[in-house]
Amino acid sequence: MFDNASALALRDQFPILSRTVNGQPLVYLDSAATSQKPLAVLDAEREFVLHDTAAVHRGAHTMAGEATEIFENARVAVAEFVGARSDEIVWTSNATEGINLVAYGMSNASLGRGGSAASRFRLGEGDEIVVTEMEHHSNLVPWQELAFRTGATLRVIGLHDDGSLRLEDGTIGPRTRVVAVTHVSNVLGIINPIAEIVALAHAVGALVVLDACQSAPHLPLDLPALGVDFAVFSGHKMLGPTGIGVLYGRRELLEALPPFLTGGSMITVVELDHSEYLPPPARFEAGTQRVSQAVALGEATRYLTRIGMHDLAAREHVLGQRLAAGLREIAGVTVLGPLERVGLAAFDVDGVHAHDVGQFLDDRGIEVRVGHHCAQPLHRRFGITATTRASAYLYTTDDEVDAAIAAVADVRDFFGVS
Amino acid sequence: MESDSLRNLYQQVILDHAKSKHGFGVQPGSAASSHQVNPTCGDEVTLHVHLADDGGITHLSWVGQGCSISTAAASILSDLMVDTSRAEATQRIDAFRELMQSRGEGEPDEELLEDAVVLSGVSRYVTRVKCAMLPWVALEAALASADAA
Repeated sequence: MFDNASALALRDQFPILSRTVNGQPLVYLDSAATSQKPLAVLDAEREFVLHDTAAVHRGAHTMAGEATEIFENARVAVAEFVGARSDEIVWTSNATEGINLVAYGMSNASLGRGGSAASRFRLGEGDEIVVTEMEHHSNLVPWQELAFRTGATLRVIGLHDDGSLRLEDGTIGPRTRVVAVTHVSNVLGIINPIAEIVALAHAVGALVVLDACQSAPHLPLDLPALGVDFAVFSGHKMLGPTGIGVLYGRRELLEALPPFLTGGSMITVVELDHSEYLPPPARFEAGTQRVSQAVALGEATRYLTRIGMHDLAAREHVLGQRLAAGLREIAGVTVLGPLERVGLAAFDVDGVHAHDVGQFLDDRGIEVRVGHHCAQPLHRRFGITATTRASAYLYTTDDEVDAAIAAVADVRDFFGVS
Repeated sequence: MESDSLRNLYQQVILDHAKSKHGFGVQPGSAASSHQVNPTCGDEVTLHVHLADDGGITHLSWVGQGCSISTAAASILSDLMVDTSRAEATQRIDAFRELMQSRGEGEPDEELLEDAVVLSGVSRYVTRVKCAMLPWVALEAALASADAA
């Protein structure tokens, strides 16, 4: 079990949590944007940089071999964390790059690259790309661009008032070639029925690309069991550093997908007029990799595994309920999405703009996200421009959640709204 | 419980302007307009500039929605620009920008900026300077496009 006492016990592994903001003890409730990092992760990165720095996957000296092994062990750790094989894990700089990698791979296939093996990725007029109205811009804009480049049509699964997907509308149909969907909404906190979406997509031969940015850090994840074809997530939201992300792809798909970025380290034979490429994952890792960041992310997944993802998910579920229920009781406050959620809540305070809500909380040392959270269409769907979002993680205490709720309760009075 | 700094940021004059929104609404006959968006929060303002025959500003009108800082800034700006020569407008825009970039250290010219000096507290909060600048940037762009026409 992981409870409030567990959270309190591990806080000293996150030195930043003892700092003050505006003279107040920090209450960090912006982990959905970026998480804080424990010493174990920083130590692993520092240890590697100080004692094992060498070029990976090139060079024949002892240190090159050692560095490569540490780098690849990190890949194994991340693979185990999501139930995948290590050759199904591609390092990217972030989740956005992972989605672009898939989208541009499909784009290149549509131009004939990758030969007949890549024909399943080809898109053209009459084909449909399906996204949802709740997507983060990073899982929307690359698909808009892919549609523009290939002539495919972008279709959108709408939302019910409670934030759930309108799967019954039949948006996924015989012309659907790819479905891009988020596992957990970064605004609503809702967990989407991925198995059901995979079944609908696979029934019509469409690929499923999963945005796992808000699930990988917070929920136990078995990507092959979930049945998705591709998935992406970001290191910095799950105790790891910035600059490192992950693309998971089913092995047979990665083998058939043409590369996105090309150049050094992804080739076997280079002639002046053409080249042969390495098998995945190396085919998708052109150029010098973010080695120490990958090592640190590997350590972050080990750290999370030691905590236990089932226990952590249960704890964050409790925090999410406490947060959403507490906010809902405040007059003039509307919480987006259903009560059932992960450990975050985005909300609107009637008569007070989110920026002003955030400023008021910041004055008490409570750090929350304000704005559209990179989900403008979702906010438009609910008729608002911006919301305030509080998001918890393993180090969040019950008291911190309560402090945020108490602060929100004082907002309208301060701004003279009632 | 709230800090002096927060109370200084949200002075009553600002909260009043954010509610009364001087100059708000679409008015016909503007010489030019500019639409500005704050990409981090999606706040927006469309500001219209109304000019006299000699090129001076008669008044502004604007629509949009945003936080109390950007809304108050647009309202205050509307008051400030009634019957203002172009030279004076430019001088005020420059002075306001300088004030916003002062990180709380600026000495506002009350004669020049009038009510806009109440926004000087914003300059302490680097993440909010863009909010206060939004309508001013729109005015600058609208004047530039009026000149280009």
